[in-house]
Amino acid sequence: MPERGNAPGAPHVGLFATCLVDSIRPNVGFAALALLEAAGCKVEVPLQQTCCGQPAFNSGADDAAKPLAKAVIETFEAFDYLVAPSGSCAGMIKAHYPELFADDPAWLPRARALAAKTHELLSFLVDVRGFSPRNVVCKASATYHDSCSGLRELGVKAQPRALLNAVAGLELRPLEGEETCCGFGGTFCVKYSDISNAIVGEKAQNVVATDADLLLGGDLGCLLNMAGKLRRDGASTRVFHTAEILAGMADHAIGEEA
Amino acid sequence: MSAPAGTFHDRVEKALHDPQLKIALERTTGNARRKRAAAVEAWPEFSAARAAAAAIKDHALAHMAYYLEMFERNALASGAQVHWARDPDEARRIVVEICKAAGAKTVTRSKSMLGEEIGLPHALAEAGLRRVETDLAEHIIQLAGETPSHIIWPAAHRTREDVAKLFDQYHREKPPAHDVVSMVGSARKELRADFFAAEVGISGANFLVAETGAICTITNEGNAELTTTPPRVHIVTAGIEKIVASTEHALQLTRLLVRSATGADLTQYTTFHSGPKRAADRDGPEQFHIVLVDHERTKMLSELPEMLRCLRCGACLNHCVVYRAIGGHAYGGAYPGPMGSVLTPAFDGLQQTRDLPSACTLNGQCKQVCPVDIPLPTMLRHWRSRSWRAGYEPKIAGAAISIWAFVAARPALYQLAQTFALPAMRLFAKAGWISSLPLASGWTAHRDFPKPPRQTFLTMIRKGNRS
Repeated sequence: MPERGNAPGAPHVGLFATCLVDSIRPNVGFAALALLEAAGCKVEVPLQQTCCGQPAFNSGADDAAKPLAKAVIETFEAFDYLVAPSGSCAGMIKAHYPELFADDPAWLPRARALAAKTHELLSFLVDVRGFSPRNVVCKASATYHDSCSGLRELGVKAQPRALLNAVAGLELRPLEGEETCCGFGGTFCVKYSDISNAIVGEKAQNVVATDADLLLGGDLGCLLNMAGKLRRDGASTRVFHTAEILAGMADHAIGEEA
Repeated sequence: MSAPAGTFHDRVEKALHDPQLKIALERTTGNARRKRAAAVEAWPEFSAARAAAAAIKDHALAHMAYYLEMFERNALASGAQVHWARDPDEARRIVVEICKAAGAKTVTRSKSMLGEEIGLPHALAEAGLRRVETDLAEHIIQLAGETPSHIIWPAAHRTREDVAKLFDQYHREKPPAHDVVSMVGSARKELRADFFAAEVGISGANFLVAETGAICTITNEGNAELTTTPPRVHIVTAGIEKIVASTEHALQLTRLLVRSATGADLTQYTTFHSGPKRAADRDGPEQFHIVLVDHERTKMLSELPEMLRCLRCGACLNHCVVYRAIGGHAYGGAYPGPMGSVLTPAFDGLQQTRDLPSACTLNGQCKQVCPVDIPLPTMLRHWRSRSWRAGYEPKIAGAAISIWAFVAARPALYQLAQTFALPAMRLFAKAGWISSLPLASGWTAHRDFPKPPRQTFLTMIRKGNRS
């Protein structure tokens, strides 16, 4: 397994890339790696990782979610921290694994122990590592969507803004309804596609109304939903995960070919 | 009166294609959200008061039998008659019998969601009674032959322009103009005579106060006082979860309830009703009946206990992206929005209503604004889990989750699946985007999907190449 960053006393971080980043946008994974290393961590990417099990858990399929949750626990419990570039996946591990194993005395302590050291990437960088990006330039205007799980389950709100304020040339514009759900909701967006469309339609209008060059956020699911709707509506807003901007790896927005 | 018809999906489609509905909902809920936010902002102790409110309700619920018996003793002592109803059938029968015994022809009603829950409007009509809804919004939907679409603003689905048309058509004396004051004046004139003609007035209750045996109503229009005072008989219908230990507790909850509902500090009227008219009283009903309804609530005490804290403020509806998109009628039950999606499966059966807890993004805003901190997302997930175990979920969606979870639990198989699926998806892409994808029409009907990369993140890490 590849390891990088070897400063003595550096915390050993297991990067949980999340299944969407792995399959759809590897650049977010590389940006997360770069940021964690810049923040003085020794980072490892366990190669047997797949998904946290959230789609099954949120479908009520606890029996299907448990094997996935157990695999995540086994893979990451030896690290000092589990860090994921997603509030939703980190929230699943932190808030819901203990719920999932509430009646399982063998797994509950392990679920709780992992929950205690699990963090969403942007809040980890600020709250745990006191990190601030240096010499990062991005000449653009941007608006920010607060993804719901990160915001309400993990309290991610000030941290991404603090990080982005350290990026030279970046102008952050407020988004009307920035704390309102974008209508993604995991399997919700395909099961109740028309309702989801009504919700993301309003979100896309609000994004366009800011006239910002970029839409940023911290959760790839929500970003894909909003980017896909903006593109369908013919908007020119470029959509990135915040980590890509912070790592200076924002050459190609979602949907732009290299 | 037309109850919402068709399947959940039919009702949703109808709602999403109604541009007037979107306008009406946004006016009402947008206003409510702004006013609530200002009220919370202006009350530094809000979060402490919220925690205290949850504790007040939990205390009453933990000792529900004790406080209900105390309430009954004190209500009887005040001269009230107390009736216990296990289910909606019993509740409706009790109310109709009281009306018949009173020789009633006209019955006035002030807004009560429990009345809707137990099907009281329909039962009164079936018994041949003339039912007069006296809450302004209930009056509007009675004219329109509809059911409420919001628990605080029953006519939230109608614009002021719609209402003007209804009043022009149905009021004996048409409103002289279509501004708010003229229209309210027209409704007042229309209803005035009925307040005094009615033999029976029916209200709900916001609280049942155990230490006094009084019931409390919280309203803005004064119609509840005119419904409960002039008629010879006042009937209260209330769910047993409305019990609180004391007047002080009721008032503490009122502070949270009103701010969460309308953003005001208090409503125009906060009335404690205790027993019938006494010898020295100038007015009041001769008989005061309280019908206490269980309807699944004792069962919820063990299964969904926090749900019984609900004050029926409507904040979760106003802040729900799904409610704001589809309105209340699409939910098909007496209670819409997040709280309704938890309650309706308990009342109407999960198999018929399984869409309600599923049609939610679990974004958590409902819990955040709930004045008694009900973990609504957890309760919605509880129903999803029950539905999954009972086999109520559609076969294809269930199979998709099972197969995906099986594959994802086996990393080697998962990587193999990725090496087939991702290149296949890439074949559908044009200029970086996929606009139509087999088996994914739920996504591509409304959104494009970015072209997946040549290699996954883990593959690149395994090969040792960084981006």
